[in-house]
Amino acid sequence: MEKTFGNEEKNLNVQELIAKNKSTVSFGNYVEKLIPKALLLIATISILTTLGIIITLLTETIEFFKDVPFVEFFTGTVLKPLGQNAQFGVLPLLAGTFISSGIAMIVAIPIGLMTAIYLSEYASDKVRRFLKPMLEILAGIPTIVYGFFALTFVTPLLRSFIPALEPTNILSPGIVMGIMIIPMVASLSEDAMSSVPNSMREGALALGATKLEVTWRVVVPAAISGIVASFVLGISRAIGETMIVTIASGSTKNFGFDVTQSMQTMTAYIVEVTGGDAPAGSTLYYSLYAVAMTLFVFTLIMNLIARYISRKFREEY
Amino acid sequence: MAVITDFSKNQVGLKNQGKEGFENMTAKNLVFDTKDLNLWYGDDHALKNINLDIYENEVTAIIGPSGCGKSTFIKTLNRMVELIPVVRISGDILYRERNILDKSFKVEDLRTHVGMVFQKPNPFPKSIYDNIAYGPRIHGIKNKKILDEIVEKSLRGAAIWDEVKDRLNENAYGLSGGQQQRLCLARCLAIEPDVILMDEPTSALDPISTLKIEELVQELKKEYSIIIVTHNMQQAARISDKTAFFLNGEVVEYTDTNKIFSTPSDKRTEDYITGRFG
Repeated sequence: MEKTFGNEEKNLNVQELIAKNKSTVSFGNYVEKLIPKALLLIATISILTTLGIIITLLTETIEFFKDVPFVEFFTGTVLKPLGQNAQFGVLPLLAGTFISSGIAMIVAIPIGLMTAIYLSEYASDKVRRFLKPMLEILAGIPTIVYGFFALTFVTPLLRSFIPALEPTNILSPGIVMGIMIIPMVASLSEDAMSSVPNSMREGALALGATKLEVTWRVVVPAAISGIVASFVLGISRAIGETMIVTIASGSTKNFGFDVTQSMQTMTAYIVEVTGGDAPAGSTLYYSLYAVAMTLFVFTLIMNLIARYISRKFREEY
Repeated sequence: MAVITDFSKNQVGLKNQGKEGFENMTAKNLVFDTKDLNLWYGDDHALKNINLDIYENEVTAIIGPSGCGKSTFIKTLNRMVELIPVVRISGDILYRERNILDKSFKVEDLRTHVGMVFQKPNPFPKSIYDNIAYGPRIHGIKNKKILDEIVEKSLRGAAIWDEVKDRLNENAYGLSGGQQQRLCLARCLAIEPDVILMDEPTSALDPISTLKIEELVQELKKEYSIIIVTHNMQQAARISDKTAFFLNGEVVEYTDTNKIFSTPSDKRTEDYITGRFG
């Protein structure tokens, strides 16, 4: 049936026009078929890169363990990579990494979570519109800036309270890393809490719950998987953080739990060794890969834990 | 609890109705008594001079077209309406003779006595047990034995016990929509409120679930006073004792349900219930 539009002289048939156009754009069909293949190729690049990195890490790490026994590496409390009797115990680096990350999370988790609760449950729109961009600015500061902030501002400040604090120590970069991670914890936790439907808050309020009871017993439990995920991402970030600890915690390979002392993290060790001139093929050179592999394994374990926790505590709604 | 002896008080509430329905109302106790209640959302005058008396152990239905203020009205009775920041209220709402709009009236206390069931089922993302125990727990009941008893009693009260007794520790979101709504009702019953507000509780449910809720309402009015907003006029006719017809923020007519549906005194009520608009 012919359909006509308006007062046009010629009758317009849309189906006919479509059919005519289709016959001319057969080129488009090839594009349509090629696009997914091209996209797959591009996606493969990142997968192959990751695989390449892991393979390199593995082969070089195996070389390292030919020189240094596996057990010695993981139980050795002395790391003395240079000189006559070089010793390669990774424990001082693990201690440095976990103590600095621990301090960072002690700072970041409570402050980040409280900030998220304030933003999601209490702040007015006006305050939220002001505070969220401020947090994003904090997240955008380069880590090198945090590094010298730790060295030249936080350490002297802390020394006025703790005279025993060394000029380079693990406490100050730990705290500053925590400050760096706050926006990440706050922003991700806030997203998780904001996506809890309002009907749940109303349900609790209608039972005579106070705002605090609604927040702690309904909103936070409902958002717990997102909140825990933000914590674990924060820990991963702290473990992998390099610049702040390199600048502010010195390079003493110290195995202990005294936070006033200088300690070295895994990342800072890698910076130190790559910055020096480790001859390729030497044990020192291969130790880089062994430490990097250890770092990688810990981050991987962290991510697996995160997935497990967030799945276990997920509250579906 | 006051027995109403002051007839003039009643006449305020019933000024829109004929004298007829008025004798058999005097015997019961008042739960809510609104006086010149006005409410604005910003500049929008949503409730206009509402004077309603609501009696205990009755089902009071609120009907009217969309946007007439019926939901706003019942949300005012437990002050949930205040969650919207631009709301202004004037007038008085007496609940058991105390003005709930008074600054000294703690809103948490009010909501402990005036429960609410919402339009869409809104269980917490917790187990069935924890959903019911939430209310008692926030009000300080921690004893496991007492909580067990409350949970069973509430679930029985909402006629859902037999369906869920074997899976109390499963997530409430595994239940069907109708079961979720009865769970929400059970959650409300768990703190044994005085009044239950229902804001179109069956609008998201299928006919069978709707029927179950309606039967429950009939059962529950022996112990509770129920105020129900509904879009469904047959529902109002089936389950309520009194019906208020709202239009553009005003109460057009408020009287016994059988009267409003058989011999409405206002032309607009008649037009609405016969389906000429709305």
